[in-house]
Amino acid sequence: MSRLRSQPAFKEGVRLGVPYAVAAVLLAISFGVLAEPVMGPIAPIVMSAALFAGSAQFAATAVLAAGGDAAAAIAAGVLLNARYFPMGVALAPSLEGGVLRRSLVGQAMIDFSWAAASRGGGRYDPAFMIGATLPSYPCWVAGTAIGVLAGDLIGNPADLGLDAMFPAFFLALLVEGELRPGLPAVAAGLGALIALALIPLTPAGVPIIAASAAALVGLAANRRVAA
Amino acid sequence: MTEVWVTIAVLTVTTALTRASGPALLGGRDLPRQATNVIVLLAPALLAALVVVQTLSAPAGSELDVDERVLGVGAAGLVLWRGGSALTCVGVAAAVTAVTRALL
Repeated sequence: MSRLRSQPAFKEGVRLGVPYAVAAVLLAISFGVLAEPVMGPIAPIVMSAALFAGSAQFAATAVLAAGGDAAAAIAAGVLLNARYFPMGVALAPSLEGGVLRRSLVGQAMIDFSWAAASRGGGRYDPAFMIGATLPSYPCWVAGTAIGVLAGDLIGNPADLGLDAMFPAFFLALLVEGELRPGLPAVAAGLGALIALALIPLTPAGVPIIAASAAALVGLAANRRVAA
Repeated sequence: MTEVWVTIAVLTVTTALTRASGPALLGGRDLPRQATNVIVLLAPALLAALVVVQTLSAPAGSELDVDERVLGVGAAGLVLWRGGSALTCVGVAAAVTAVTRALL
């Protein structure tokens, strides 16, 4: 850890991670506000500390709030988190060390830090990713606690437009980092279309995982080089 | 209440396993070129899907829900197009969504 902390990439990651963590506090507050009536005061905070996975937490809570049982809530959470598999596959070639160490680095994956650590050509900077994730963790847990405790004062988080913050953030990551002309733009457009088509047809989470199939247009890359 | 704690316990384990799976199974070696060509495109594909799903699906999923978020995220897109920072873009998205929600 001390070696990690001295790496410039780690520090850069932390710097980029701070503004995101501020946004994460607001989203965590809205999670706390929405989850408290469903789970009581303690469980939402434990869930944030143990899962640290916003969309799965919102989905599982929504299922429980609608009267679903644990199996249905778990299924929703698992589906939403399944995208960490393709994300981890993309990250894997950039990781060093044994299985345990690589699995631990994988725990630092959140959508934002994973996307921000992409260095092009399929490479990722793990030290940067860990740094970018770090500020979000305490903010996510503390924000949940604030939401649980101050829910009555805050009211409905949607009134503040908080639900539009994360898609806007992902749009910024996409436009600034990944939307290069050619195949990346094709994969993004196709991924968006697959997700859009599947939203009304499938359980939450499936549209995002299915959109990873859009990356298969990459198989055309070699053929084009060969031709 | 048992349902809540069972949900949290199982999801804690599955989340950690899912995050570990890719790195544990494939880590530390270079993949064939074809695989790399696909993997580079996972980021744009997944990010675009996240934008679409979080802008257009109902909170519980499984349903299209076109509401004020569309205007907020659209305004964020304009900010980016005009060269604004990610933070400005996020702030504008929240502000536009909140204001239109208050007015409509």
